[in-house]
Amino acid sequence: MSNRIFFEFAKRSVRLHWLRSSLAVIGIVIGVAAIASMGMLGNSLVLSVSDSLSDVGDSIVIYPHGGISQGPGSVVKNDKITERQVKDIKSASGGNAVIPLYSTADEIKVGGEDGIATVYGLDTEDMPVVLNLADGQWLKSSSGAMAGSRLAEEYELKPGSRIKLGDNNLRIVGILEERGMGFDINPDNAVIVTDKFYSSTYDQDDYDQVIVKVTDINDIESVMDAIDKKMNKRDDVIDAFDTKAILETILDTFGKISMFTTAIGGISLLVAGVSIFNVQMMSVTERIKEIGIIRSIGTQKNEVLRMFIYESLILGFFGATLGALFSFVGGYLAILIMLQETSYLFEPSTLIYIPFGMAFGIATSLISGLYPAWKASNLNPIEALRHE
Amino acid sequence: MTESMPVISLKNVCKTYSLPFGDVNALKNVSLDIMPGDFVAIMGPSGSGKSTMLNLVGSLDVPTSGSLFIDGIDIKKLTDDELTNLRRDTIGFIFQQFNLIPLLNVRENVEYPYILKYRHKDNEGRCEELLHRVDLTDNMIHHKPNELSGGQQQRVAIARALVNNPKILLCDEPTGNLDSKTGQQVMELLSELNSHGMTVIMVTHDQNIAEYARRQIILMDGEIV
Repeated sequence: MSNRIFFEFAKRSVRLHWLRSSLAVIGIVIGVAAIASMGMLGNSLVLSVSDSLSDVGDSIVIYPHGGISQGPGSVVKNDKITERQVKDIKSASGGNAVIPLYSTADEIKVGGEDGIATVYGLDTEDMPVVLNLADGQWLKSSSGAMAGSRLAEEYELKPGSRIKLGDNNLRIVGILEERGMGFDINPDNAVIVTDKFYSSTYDQDDYDQVIVKVTDINDIESVMDAIDKKMNKRDDVIDAFDTKAILETILDTFGKISMFTTAIGGISLLVAGVSIFNVQMMSVTERIKEIGIIRSIGTQKNEVLRMFIYESLILGFFGATLGALFSFVGGYLAILIMLQETSYLFEPSTLIYIPFGMAFGIATSLISGLYPAWKASNLNPIEALRHE
Repeated sequence: MTESMPVISLKNVCKTYSLPFGDVNALKNVSLDIMPGDFVAIMGPSGSGKSTMLNLVGSLDVPTSGSLFIDGIDIKKLTDDELTNLRRDTIGFIFQQFNLIPLLNVRENVEYPYILKYRHKDNEGRCEELLHRVDLTDNMIHHKPNELSGGQQQRVAIARALVNNPKILLCDEPTGNLDSKTGQQVMELLSELNSHGMTVIMVTHDQNIAEYARRQIILMDGEIV
């Protein structure tokens, strides 16, 4: 109950010095808005990236050592993976599906249009394991091909369309589902052909890449170790990547970037803290006599302390509340501009940054107000009374 | 009976301040008993130790040596919080500069020590009663201190000093900032309170004001003469 009178003191003091109080509040507003909107933006980025990555992280991707080809169009390769090596990989992988494949990039022609597309060659039986069909049928014979979703969109391909790959005419039998960026294969912009067609057309027997699909995701590391041990005995023959680890690394990196931008927001909160400290020191210095009076007529040290802490908490609370409103608007705009859509804003993991920023703002005010309040409560009442 | 026990008792009290140019003995071996219902004026030129005496009696400070009992309590044994509570419950302060709290209005100023003591607001009209007793009208109670005259402010201060039923009223030059007529009215009010049994201790250097007291104590260089 007596707390109410000290809170009243704090409230009136803030109101009496409304201009400097508002300036201190503005500092907190900016700090909280910066932290919260940066956090929200960062989290939305992470969410959007993880949504666009197709992999659930259940694959091991194997390349010949020194022959990494990532992304469509890159064809710099030194070595291949032989049929024998694929057998070894199979024996090391336990019962998990092992899918060897060919890949390259080649010119395509659709109607009059020329272009470049990635070409994947796989066993027809392996196709349903790594690909998803959107329209038409699975590829059965060497005279056909399937098209990735984006390629289909660009060249208006439908089941039954014809494309020219190199010197061969192929009939499109199926269109694949959009898959997004992957670490194993990126079929969206690719033409899928049978392994037989590929090896006869490009005169190649050895494979470019092997994908191992692991049934139980918890086995992924042990399977990878087994493959590595079996294959890379004396010299490194293959390089194996676990998509789960890649995925984690990427998300972790984005998380760090978002933490970094949030920390930059934190710097503005630090500045706000200094300004609260300054305002509270001013308030204490101006009211030395008043502190002397209330101490002499029976106010305890801790009650004076509370009075001044309430003052900085009022500033912090107002700043944090306004900052939360601004961060919502600011975060909305930033996400709208950077991601062109705002659905990620309403995810709990994004919105949590608002109370998070508020908590930081209030805590900053509290910490900044501690020393001035302590100083006020420890004034000698006799000297404070004498102060003019 | 408590009547026979002094409300303030100083025995061989010394107060020494350590200053950069050496120690200053503000009070030297002062012994003094003040009985309940007394009206004591402490007089002396500046630097005689009046203020030091007032600070000790007001439990704002503790003696360097000797003993000081306020209402039977040895104040040397009290913690800072206990000293604060003693000031709140047992002593009413009246200052030369009135020292009202600028953030609070008249009624709130009077109520403030009450809330400190009882942890709740005054719902029994004690503040109004006291304000009437010091001749302040109801239309003044919502004014801020700086909207009042000096005499009115001092009356509010007296009402505030009385709100917790103190045993001692401690006045530091209570008329020092008032014209003589207003000062006289304030002194009459203090006399009236004393006639109803309140112990009044007053520091002043004004002989005319000191005449209101029943007993005058003169300090000179830290000693009672």
